[in-house]
Amino acid sequence: MPKITVNEKKIEFEEGLTVLQVCELAGAEIPRFCYHEKLSIAGNCRMCLVEIEKSPKPIASCAMPATDGMVVKTNTPFVEKARKGMMEFLLANHPLDCPVCDQGGECDLQDQSLYYGFDHSRFTENKRQVKEKYMGPLIKTEMTRCIHCTRCIRFATEVAGIPELGAIGRGEDMEITTYLEKSMDSELSANVIDLCPVGALTSKPYAFEARPWDLKKTESIDVMDAVGSNIRIDTYGWEVKRVLPKINEDINDEWISDKTRYACDGLLKQRLDTPYIRENGKLIQTSWTKALKKIVKKLNNTKPEEIAGIVGDLVDMESMFIFKEFFNKILTSSNLECRTKKTYLNPKNRMNYIFNSSINGIEQCDLMLLVGTNPRSEATILNARIRKTYVENDIEIFSIGNPGDLTYPYKIIGSNTQVLKEIIDEKHEISDKFKQSKKPIVIIGESALKNDYGEYVFESIKNYLIKNNHITNEWNALNILTQNASRVGAVDLGLYKLNKKDNFPILNKLDTNEFKILYLLGADELRFNKKNEFIIYQGSHGDLGAQIADVILPSPTYTEKDGHFINLEGRIQKAFKASYPPGDAKEDWDIINQLSKALGKTLNINSRKELEERLINSSSIHSKIGEIVKSKVDTNETQEFSFVNSKIEIDFVDYYFSNHIARSSMTMNECRSIKNKLLSTGTKG
Amino acid sequence: MSVKKVATNQPEFFQFSDENLNKAKKIINKYPEKKQSSALMPLLFLVQKQNENWIPLVAMKYLAKMLDIPYIQVYEVATFYSMYNLSPVGKYFVQVCTTTPCMISGAGKLVEVCKNKISQNQNELSANKICSWMEVECLGACVNAPMLQINDDYFEDLDKEKTEEIIDMILNDKSPKAGSYKNRKSSEPESGRTTLINLKDA
Amino acid sequence: MLKDSDRIFKNLYNDYSWEIESAIKIGDWKNTKEICSKGKEWIINEIKTSELRGRGGAGFPTGLKLSFIPKEQGTRPHYLVINADESEPGTCKDRDILRFEPQKLVEGSLITSYAIGAHTCYIYIRGEFFREGERLQQAIDEAYEKNFIGKNACGTGWDLNIYLHYGAGAYICGEETALLESLEGKKGLPRLKPPFPALVGLYGCPTIVNNVETIAVIPTILRRGAKWFTSLGRPKNTGTKIFCISGNVNYPCNVEEEMGIPLKQLIEKHAGGVSGGWDNLQAVIPGGSSMPLLPKNICDTIRMDFDYLLDQKSGLGTAAIVVMNKDQDIIKCMARIAKFYKHESCGQCTPCREGAGWMWRMLERMAKGEATLKEVDLLFDVTKQIEGHTICAFGEGSAWPVQGLLRHFRKEIERRNSSDPLTKRIGDKIPYLIDQHLLENENA
Ligand SMILES: Cc1cc2nc3c(=O)[nH]c(=O)nc-3n(C[C@H](O)[C@H](O)[C@H](O)COP(=O)(O)O)c2cc1C
Ligand code: SF4
Ligand code: FES
Repeated sequence: MPKITVNEKKIEFEEGLTVLQVCELAGAEIPRFCYHEKLSIAGNCRMCLVEIEKSPKPIASCAMPATDGMVVKTNTPFVEKARKGMMEFLLANHPLDCPVCDQGGECDLQDQSLYYGFDHSRFTENKRQVKEKYMGPLIKTEMTRCIHCTRCIRFATEVAGIPELGAIGRGEDMEITTYLEKSMDSELSANVIDLCPVGALTSKPYAFEARPWDLKKTESIDVMDAVGSNIRIDTYGWEVKRVLPKINEDINDEWISDKTRYACDGLLKQRLDTPYIRENGKLIQTSWTKALKKIVKKLNNTKPEEIAGIVGDLVDMESMFIFKEFFNKILTSSNLECRTKKTYLNPKNRMNYIFNSSINGIEQCDLMLLVGTNPRSEATILNARIRKTYVENDIEIFSIGNPGDLTYPYKIIGSNTQVLKEIIDEKHEISDKFKQSKKPIVIIGESALKNDYGEYVFESIKNYLIKNNHITNEWNALNILTQNASRVGAVDLGLYKLNKKDNFPILNKLDTNEFKILYLLGADELRFNKKNEFIIYQGSHGDLGAQIADVILPSPTYTEKDGHFINLEGRIQKAFKASYPPGDAKEDWDIINQLSKALGKTLNINSRKELEERLINSSSIHSKIGEIVKSKVDTNETQEFSFVNSKIEIDFVDYYFSNHIARSSMTMNECRSIKNKLLSTGTKG
Repeated sequence: MSVKKVATNQPEFFQFSDENLNKAKKIINKYPEKKQSSALMPLLFLVQKQNENWIPLVAMKYLAKMLDIPYIQVYEVATFYSMYNLSPVGKYFVQVCTTTPCMISGAGKLVEVCKNKISQNQNELSANKICSWMEVECLGACVNAPMLQINDDYFEDLDKEKTEEIIDMILNDKSPKAGSYKNRKSSEPESGRTTLINLKDA
Repeated sequence: MLKDSDRIFKNLYNDYSWEIESAIKIGDWKNTKEICSKGKEWIINEIKTSELRGRGGAGFPTGLKLSFIPKEQGTRPHYLVINADESEPGTCKDRDILRFEPQKLVEGSLITSYAIGAHTCYIYIRGEFFREGERLQQAIDEAYEKNFIGKNACGTGWDLNIYLHYGAGAYICGEETALLESLEGKKGLPRLKPPFPALVGLYGCPTIVNNVETIAVIPTILRRGAKWFTSLGRPKNTGTKIFCISGNVNYPCNVEEEMGIPLKQLIEKHAGGVSGGWDNLQAVIPGGSSMPLLPKNICDTIRMDFDYLLDQKSGLGTAAIVVMNKDQDIIKCMARIAKFYKHESCGQCTPCREGAGWMWRMLERMAKGEATLKEVDLLFDVTKQIEGHTICAFGEGSAWPVQGLLRHFRKEIERRNSSDPLTKRIGDKIPYLIDQHLLENENA
């Protein structure tokens, strides 16, 4: 391995690193503004200057490839003087408005000026004034503070794949803007706020809400989709003030989606803070005792097979675990279902319902087929990974069905199960590509698993991949793109019901109104014609589920309790309590325990801790927090299927409105109406 | 150079004329396959030629589509280079070089003439709406200073009176003769040459 | 003085017409095929021995640059790009080559393209040179008609296409990597180096960028031999050069002269002397606006070549001589140059973007006598903070002229700004200001 000397210390490094990276390996810290690991190198701030032997000028280390035998110094007076000079330039036109700047306390410029700043400004000219730019409902701009590092532009172009930001004009009058100052059309847009090293781009919804040092910070897991992005939740009192990304290279890199970040104001709105019961058609507030009493009465008068339990999209594993125990052991019913739409499920092997290639694994793929999915709105962060792979490896991407703009080019090869059949029968041009491909990826969306054709789509693809040796212990090309945070965990726990002839008996029976009692655990997405069902809704928001309920039991959201979630890759992660629920709301396990007691029975779970232990011990999959437990590949396990000719329609995902928290969020509301306006006026793109 | 003002009154539509569309195709063909974005700058000029010497926003969109590049790239380029006008200029667009070599040769007087005859401020149309002027940086004709450019032509070796004549003509919608106003054919010394003597009449 | 027979640009004053027939008459396109048949290595070697240095400003040895191109042609095409952006204030030599000697450039393009294995040559011409571009295009068309370029150009077996590309008003596009960006349809932002264009240039392919004059002299050098070229001037500073003499001289002109000619002789012999006589000379910018000015006492003896001027802490640059006599306000003249750099900075990197305007504003105030003495030191600090810290050499180009002014005319600045405006203001009893701290001399 080549060697380099950094401040007298010899260190080996891997070919291809920059001087800045090697200096960091050697423990020498280098100040920087424009450089960012995940973006291309711009080398424009000139803050990272170092001394390299034989060069009369200081060198921008971020842009300089390290070569064998280089002698680098990072702490000489020569270097310090150069950096001080840069600092003075950067501050020359920068307003000294730190006291009113939201970046205060987490500003790179502020931090660096401690080391390299002069104690007073020698710049006595008038400071440059730059007009504020409109960048949409999420990003507040104060462009006078901009130091032109171009991180935001590079993020938009490279990662988000939305080349809508640019620097117009030139010289000292250069300004960062969106094209004609329109809102950024990206579900990743707000990441530029984190990237901006100064206070030029700050968070609009969070403007003047708090100072960073006043906030309590809790690391947790996001539930807005099934990706399981790692996040940090900042709270002040019980209010979640903001959600920020936490780096996880395997899942979300350094990014989170705008929904993950900004649906949090929905945590304060529409909250259920006390139990309700319906009397004379109207919901009225009541006490826990009365509400439970009413349920007990109803349960005691109903046969187990006439009771069904449905779990919603954002429910944690613990709640589902105890819910299942409650149904199986106390109500002696097995009528549980986690699907709220009729999407085909084959739970025989875990690999049948997870994203087997893993999010990180996408980067290795050399060919991709999307089947009935729009990853951009179904799993934004995963889509960014696809884009990254496209940009870096220039892979070919095909789609069955038309998902619209995905931020990278792809080819639609049809929108009918017929195309799939052609591929499988080796009559399609991409059949050959599949044969040659070493690591293909097929992503099957929920839209492709619907109704009558779902079985054919899934089983035939699986069969085809097995036949072509694309499902092995080394590489598994079969991927299901789940949309909901609770789904994989629910299937793992067995919260579904199916039989040979009918893949969705519960939903079918619901359609024919065969149940007398429905227990909805946070389920808001169920669509059926209610007749005489008695509906118990246990959840956090006064949303669709609560509206049809006869009894409402208030419980916390994902930020208000500890709980585990399994993401679409099958990775179990723990979300932590950052806040507490409003009013009389009780944690789900507590509610179910009390209900059991009211029924005169017990589940023998006496604390949340005990519940967690039971959950973790219930399966070997659940004990490896943060890891993916690889499912064993069983290529013999195949199933009969027959061809169903049908169009594959990709269901529209109302991105900013996809769950009850988002629907309650003012910010999401605003994003949605702007997006709709863009779509309707045709100025999109 | 402050960021250019974009005209407030914008046309709704832009399209190349058939002739220019042909030209555009030829221009695009100068560059390798998949590198058609190289044609952006010449095509912006073509738009400017067709649209009375300025580039409307719709035309930028039009070019972005034609070359399959993001709008913002077109917008960036149009605002970066000083020769693209993003709001209307006069039919006669006067650019006076005022960089040091011209400045010490008397460019200030040319500027005075423009102020007095065309408009008090730069980038403003004359009273009869056919001229506008601005100061520009070195136009690369320093040994023929002071000088100015009107549309595509250079007017060199000027002084106050000659500039007045020229400006009067364009204000009356007449095209003055381009080139040196001291009757120099080139950059040889006005007094008579000191080199290439034997070759002169060869 | 250079003999007329040793001048390369015989049609510099357009005595003959620029058309191809007359160009052939004065010797262009003679033996081009034979020259090429001697092979790439011979050509590059001959240029190396001629010690030709780039005429675009940096004076980099041309033969050495050409030899950086990969020897083996890979899958990527090679490109020759000719820099006709000529925007350095004071410089107007390439313009004359484009209008009067276009065939020299076209022939040079063929030979150089051949030597570096390029089938495509782009000529990047500044947008303002619209007429010059028209002329050059006609010349290119004529050369195509004669089959001097195109398929099997000149019977060499080599195919070459030459295309013209107009800039649109940006000095920075003269910087070679900014030029390549511009040629790719983007803003002219200089690229980070390494990699250098000879390996990763236009469209990521190996590319050589040369100035118009550099390319245009190549055919004559190869025809008359490197020996002849080195017989002019002195080692490492060989050959002839077109000088542009502008400003306060009686007869401004372009003239081709031998490298190393004394400045005084150049001005007096060809440009009719300084207006008001040699003693009325104040200072000279010897190599285009980027090069530090030299006061009269140095000008008295100085010789015009790369290394001589370097010793004087200036440079030959583009050999554009701007003469300023004692009627000029030297601080104003340099403030105007600083304004040029402020206007032309691409804005990409911090020191240039923030520093160029700062220097200009200070100089403007200094010209008016509204600065403080401390600011003279500050101005120097600012130039030092820009120099050597930028992505491209624009940083030096903007800092050097100011350093030159401070080096030679500091006394003049200090004299004019000796009454400290801030102390003056205190005397005026200004009521409390927001920037009150400025009035306390301590912090000023
Ligand atoms: C700011 C700046 C402006 C430049 N402008 C020009 C120019 O207008 N014309 C030119 O030929 N070279 C210019 N150069 C020099 C080029 O970068 C490059 O060195 C030159 O084209 C190489 O050609 P040569 O080796 O033949 O001189 C400029 C350099 C800088 C840093
Ligand atoms: S030195 Fe100036 S011109 Fe060169 S890259 Fe930096 S900002 Fe641009
Ligand atoms: S971090 Fe290297 S130049 Fe900005």
